[in-house]
Amino acid sequence: MDLLNNLALGLATALTLHNLAYCFAGVLIGTLIGVLPGLGPVATLAMLLPFTYSLPPVSALIMLAGIYYGAQYGGSTTAILVNLPGESSSVVTCLDGYQMARRGRAGAALGIAAIGSFIAGSVATLLIAAFALPLVELAFKFGPAEYFSLMVLGLIGAVVLASGNLIKAIAMIVLGLLLGLVGTDVNSGVARFAFDIPELTDGIGFVAVAMGVFAFAEIVTNVEKHERREVFIDKVRNLWPTARDLKDSAGAITRGTLLGSLLGILPGGGALLASFASYSVEKKLAGTKASPPFGQGNIRGVAGPESANNAGAQTSFIPMLTLGIPSNAVMALMIGAMTIHNIQPGPQVMSSNPALFWGLIASMWVGNLMLVVLNLPLIGMWLLLLKVPYKWLYPAIMTFCCIGAYSLSNNAFDVYVTAVFGAVGYVFYKLDCEPAPLILGFILGPMMEENLRRALLLSRGDATVFFTRPLSLALLLMAAALVVLVALPAIRSKREEAFQEGD
Amino acid sequence: MRIGDQKNFWSGVMFLVLGLAFAGFAQNYDMGTAQRMGPAYFPTVLGGLLAALGLVIAIKAMRNTEPGGDVERFHFGPLLIVLGAVTLFGALLRPAGLVIALLVLIGMSAYASHEFRLREIVPLAAFLVLLVLAVFVWGLGLVIPMWPAFMMR
Repeated sequence: MDLLNNLALGLATALTLHNLAYCFAGVLIGTLIGVLPGLGPVATLAMLLPFTYSLPPVSALIMLAGIYYGAQYGGSTTAILVNLPGESSSVVTCLDGYQMARRGRAGAALGIAAIGSFIAGSVATLLIAAFALPLVELAFKFGPAEYFSLMVLGLIGAVVLASGNLIKAIAMIVLGLLLGLVGTDVNSGVARFAFDIPELTDGIGFVAVAMGVFAFAEIVTNVEKHERREVFIDKVRNLWPTARDLKDSAGAITRGTLLGSLLGILPGGGALLASFASYSVEKKLAGTKASPPFGQGNIRGVAGPESANNAGAQTSFIPMLTLGIPSNAVMALMIGAMTIHNIQPGPQVMSSNPALFWGLIASMWVGNLMLVVLNLPLIGMWLLLLKVPYKWLYPAIMTFCCIGAYSLSNNAFDVYVTAVFGAVGYVFYKLDCEPAPLILGFILGPMMEENLRRALLLSRGDATVFFTRPLSLALLLMAAALVVLVALPAIRSKREEAFQEGD
Repeated sequence: MRIGDQKNFWSGVMFLVLGLAFAGFAQNYDMGTAQRMGPAYFPTVLGGLLAALGLVIAIKAMRNTEPGGDVERFHFGPLLIVLGAVTLFGALLRPAGLVIALLVLIGMSAYASHEFRLREIVPLAAFLVLLVLAVFVWGLGLVIPMWPAFMMR
């Protein structure tokens, strides 16, 4: 039983005192920041990434992963209590979760979200372990042409499945790819687009870009709004859902877990799509008989999406860990973190760093357990945090970002880069250009160029190589099919409808 | 006739200009051949693609005359104050040390808020500076000068 051996190795790594501590710290910090309004998971990860540089790679990744699903969970807490999604994937949780809270059932909603997330997380962890081996074996058959096509599929998938204007998202990817090319070209040694600035010959730091585009741009847009938040903090009592609640939501949790796991593996899938899909499924299944109706505090509308987004968040690690392809902005940051620790992402990670690979997977299960244990008793503390006004919060966020940016290479240049990308991100926000595809392109830019070069070198400049190799052709056809599918009017309206559910 | 979809129109223009800029600057480097790509090859292709996408977005937006896609007003005040605070932090860090740079960063960025109150910001700044010193300087051992160079002698 390879699977069991691998999981045992993973658990042995994740359960060392050291790594347990980092996992705990990650989950705690992640939840804390997820609960605090105005900072999404991507910005959180970008802000905290520099501070994990000094850790051993395994601990750093375990902590970052913990921050990610901690933030995810914290986001649901604010969705239920304040009707303010901490991040996009908890948008649908607001619909019924907040209504439950208004009817005095906040405790049950929080409890079922925690239980659903834990079940989903456990199943997804097993799925990752099971899928990792076959995918890695497949990945070893890949040549540069296949890798290039896979990246095309990954990037296209990421924007097709996300909400928003498709062609603008593709343009953002291309812009990201271009920005990723800034710096010294590995093949020729030419410093491209560096404009004689010595720091730019090493390229633009992706942490600085992510901080600027996500954290700073977010702060500026929040500060300019006169926003008053109505915090819904009555006493939260009865954290445990009743037996009837559990019975009602069992089906929703199961379906949400399966749906989320499946959608998480797809390129571009992940938590957001999973939670939206699960909500529509539950609503359809319940039909008109649901009592209370959906949108008025039906517990299945919390249990399903919450399980789905956690499962999706977790299985989206599969393409990242096995193929080195990020399926969303968070995974792009994880890839960046691996590169910083000198681990080349890709299928070889599993064989060259088995302890890291399986340790990270096992830590997710451990972390999910911690989340349940941590959140239910600590809910009072999170409620207090919700009262912290934004005007005190954002100077603190900026402090951490600036120090983090400086410590990237002990150079003020990275601080300036974050400021520039803060302005760029502000323009993107005003023009409704989603920044997530930009980050994906940014991470993949150099890899894509490298594989394109190698593929064409091997084929002596014959570009048809991408279509004559069957695996590569299949990947490109899948990408083309995705674009065509989305462009079809019938599906396009469905897609828009699905994403409007939460607005 | 006024373009209704201003947001997408200007997005398209932005992509078009950036694409042309990248492709244009790339011409300073060696193009190479498809078989042996030079450093200019990939950026030229991508820049061209970005410009083309931008053009399509802009043209599609121009055809749309229904109002409703206006660009929200730019608030340059908060933008300049917040990002200016970040830039000043970077500039002050070496010569003036961490403590002064942080005080400037926190004070200035807090000023961008509509609800700025000096008596709230002073304790906040003091708390944050102490937190940073405790966590990053004494805890994680970050090497950053704490005070201005002339005071350290």
